[in-house]
Amino acid sequence: MELLLILLIGILYASGIYLLLRRSMVKVLLGIMLMSNGANILIFLLGRITKGKPPVIDEASKIFTDIYADPIPQALILTAIVIGFGLQSFAIVLLKRVYSIINSDDLDDLNTPEEEDI
Amino acid sequence: MKSTILKTASSYLLPILLLFSVFILLRGHYYPGGGFVGGLVAAIAFVLHSFTHGTENTLKLLRTHPGSLIPVGLGLSTLSMLAPLFSDLPVMTGLWFEEPVPVIGMIGSALFFDLGVYFLVVGIVLTILFTISVYSE
Amino acid sequence: MLIAVLAGLIISILFIPLGKYFKGRLSVTIALLPIGLFLYFLSFVPQIADGKTFSFHYDWIPSLGVNFDFYLDGLALLFVMLITGIGSLVFLYASPYLKGHKYLDRFYGYLSLFMASMVGLVLSDNVLLLFIFWELTSISSFFLIGFNNEQADSRKSAMIALGITGGGGFLLMAGLVLMGYLSGTYSIQAMLTSAAMLKGHALYGLILFFVFAGAFTKSAQFPFHFWLPGAMKAPTPVSAYLHSATMVKAGVYILARLFPVLGGTDYWTYPLVIVGGFTMLYAAFHSIFRTDLKGVLAYSTIAALGILVFLIGIGTKESLLAASAFVLVHALYKAALFLMTGVIDHETGTRDITRLAGLRKVMMPLAIAGLLAALSSAGLPSTFGFIGKDLIYEATLHTQGIWSMVLTALALITNVLLLYAGFLAGIKPFSGKLPEEYSHVHLPHWLMWAPPLLLGILGLVFGCFPFLIDNSLVNPAARAIANARIDASLKLWHGFNIILLLSGITLFLGTLLYLFRKPTAKGMAELARFDRFSPQTIFAKSALWTQQVATWYSNIMLNGYLRVYLRRIIVFAVLLLGYKLIVGGHIYIDWSKVSSVDIYDVVVLGILIGAIVLTVVTPSRLTAIVAMSVVGYCICLFFVFYSAPDLAITQFTIDTLTVVLFVLVLFRLPPFLNLANKRAKTIDGIVAGSFGIVISLIALQVLNGPVNHEVSEFYGDNAYKLAKGKNVVNVILVDFRGIDTMFEIVVLGIAAIGVYSLLKLRLKPSEKE
Repeated sequence: MELLLILLIGILYASGIYLLLRRSMVKVLLGIMLMSNGANILIFLLGRITKGKPPVIDEASKIFTDIYADPIPQALILTAIVIGFGLQSFAIVLLKRVYSIINSDDLDDLNTPEEEDI
Repeated sequence: MKSTILKTASSYLLPILLLFSVFILLRGHYYPGGGFVGGLVAAIAFVLHSFTHGTENTLKLLRTHPGSLIPVGLGLSTLSMLAPLFSDLPVMTGLWFEEPVPVIGMIGSALFFDLGVYFLVVGIVLTILFTISVYSE
Repeated sequence: MLIAVLAGLIISILFIPLGKYFKGRLSVTIALLPIGLFLYFLSFVPQIADGKTFSFHYDWIPSLGVNFDFYLDGLALLFVMLITGIGSLVFLYASPYLKGHKYLDRFYGYLSLFMASMVGLVLSDNVLLLFIFWELTSISSFFLIGFNNEQADSRKSAMIALGITGGGGFLLMAGLVLMGYLSGTYSIQAMLTSAAMLKGHALYGLILFFVFAGAFTKSAQFPFHFWLPGAMKAPTPVSAYLHSATMVKAGVYILARLFPVLGGTDYWTYPLVIVGGFTMLYAAFHSIFRTDLKGVLAYSTIAALGILVFLIGIGTKESLLAASAFVLVHALYKAALFLMTGVIDHETGTRDITRLAGLRKVMMPLAIAGLLAALSSAGLPSTFGFIGKDLIYEATLHTQGIWSMVLTALALITNVLLLYAGFLAGIKPFSGKLPEEYSHVHLPHWLMWAPPLLLGILGLVFGCFPFLIDNSLVNPAARAIANARIDASLKLWHGFNIILLLSGITLFLGTLLYLFRKPTAKGMAELARFDRFSPQTIFAKSALWTQQVATWYSNIMLNGYLRVYLRRIIVFAVLLLGYKLIVGGHIYIDWSKVSSVDIYDVVVLGILIGAIVLTVVTPSRLTAIVAMSVVGYCICLFFVFYSAPDLAITQFTIDTLTVVLFVLVLFRLPPFLNLANKRAKTIDGIVAGSFGIVISLIALQVLNGPVNHEVSEFYGDNAYKLAKGKNVVNVILVDFRGIDTMFEIVVLGIAAIGVYSLLKLRLKPSEKE
């Protein structure tokens, strides 16, 4: 299964980068989202994956009696997901704002003429 | 949205979802759940309501602007973080009441920290979404 | 002591921004600062003369070894007396000189800043502190040189001066830090104990290189000399102050100060003697071709600095004594000549020697000052300059073998040329017939002619009565440099010997030269032909080239397109990481660590990949968003399968909210544009694909490595014991790593405020195109 996840991470990164390189701002945003998903799974995978053993202690006992999934990557990813939401919402609003000013979705239209002269 | 069924349903769904979100928040220390998820579920409840009834009506229902929940949540978390200082313990030391409380279980400073996170998440998500939806109309 | 050093800094901080409120009324009063400091340090003279030294220690940043450590010995005292003494005169002089200038107060601010940093520089015992003051002198002299900031060449000169001295200062710091690192202390006095170790160390040559670079740039040694003539663009009081007693002597000071630690070896002697000797000849030769009074003085200053470096390089007791005396000699006559030049310029409006003559008829006191200074610089018997010259010859004669001949000859030629330059500046403008156009010229405010006169008279007094200063200033300074006992009594009359003969020859040749050679503009023009090879041209050209290369590079690298930058970064990362991966040869699959695959894993993965591909290729925004949310939900399923229930719920709710967010905003956005051509898409596809492969390979390699669950196990074992929680993920978030969570929610709050303000913000009509 690990190999499949590695494949998935590669695909997520590759497609994220590909979208980042587009001129359309909406596509750039989608690229960022794909890449952050890729990063999340990468972190998840690096903590090693365990099937069906959540890091929650049994009702009866006070410490783990069985093996359990690594809780640290999970805590990290949880944080990352929530922060990612903040980033996405800010980026979306920024994008909307830019669109309302320059009336274009093309990143190249953001360049001022002076910069092109150099 | 004009769907009557959804409109009616969402009126009932709002309190149920809110109750559910509080449930998730409180069980967070023992089972999957917690402040983040609880806050998100509560936010979704309000967003659903705003979809069917319009954002203005949801804002009316909330009475205050959701942005005011941000300082409340942040203050609550900070207080629970600093509380141990009053009993000469390092910052963020967990403080607990001796006896468990029915339904909720053990009450301690971590719970208040999570409660702060809960309020904050609700405040932030609703601020973002409502601001956008008001300005998109 | 700390107050004495910092007083100037504090006053300048008050004066530079607030000066305009004083409206020039305080300009004479502020001269009380250098006068006060002068008197304060004068009180140390008797004790220093007895061989005492004073240490002062104030903590500043003890953990980094940077402290206010001050050390007052003969060397520091000599310099500090010059800095404050000549400083007092310059402060007074500048008041009528710049009367009515718009920024007079600011000028005094810069001047006190400069003085304070010079005082700090010569008193510092801590090398890092010394470096700070060193840089402060560079910076404050930048403001002083570029004081007439509306003139383009004034600004340019200031830039060159800052560039050269700043660059040298940078190298000096490297040398000082290296010394501090090797000897384990940043105090110069403490370094004395490890002097032998430093001299024998493999890095000794490097240290010397750095220290010399700093000293040569500051003291305008060839090939860095050209900033000094350029700095003549400054108001004349500044030139007088910077070039007679202070700024340029800082390089000499650092050589003298570090002599006991680093000096005395061949590596020390040869570079200094060669560079100093060449500089003094070169500059003295140049000085006689100048027709601008300040130009003459600038080059003769460089020559004098060359002599000082040369003397310190020789490093015998005699030469160090000569250096200490010559510092004082030169400061006295050069300051007098500069101040005198300033008066002439101020009153007649020109500094061209070929046009100036006969001014003694209208400015008698100034003519006396000029004469005295010129005679002192010439080294006529009964002037202080004579003693200085004697000591120089004595120093060169006392070297070994053939060296004594060569060095003495060098010194002789330089002195002859310098004598000519001194006469040119100090006597020529006053002798001869007064031209008609200057007949109306009159003597300025007494504060302008009294200081040069006083300096000239001092030169005479010290010459006639050398016992006034030999044991109080010169000997202690030489003692501090040599770190040995020196008790020479300076005498005007040594009897008939070879030194007297040499002095006589110098005088004779110099006077002959003065009588038979008239300064003309032709000499200047002849000399200008060689400008093409001069270091100045090379410096200017290299600055230009640097700029051109930078522009060319920026045009290529920074073309303003975000995705081009991004593509370069990614390609670079792929090449670097790919190279490491291939060379490392760790790419293999450890089947024992791979877990089994269930059918539902494959199904979800299939849907996931399909959704990703759809997101990338679809031309419709709505399809892309729906596909995007499918990606999120599928990942959520993976979290469910692989024991991360908290993540699953969070991912699910966030995904829902993201879709809502997009739907709210996106309908107001334009449809996807298909902007790229096929070629660009192919290139991007290759770049992105190779990056994906590299990331996968890295992940694979990490999986093959060992895994450490120690921290996780600690959290798992203690979740209930310490934090009374059973959901470890939640316990980590709210308890173990609570402060992280705290900051995270702060970040979220900021994002929310950002969204709110972005949408509430109303653009001005001008910004809306």
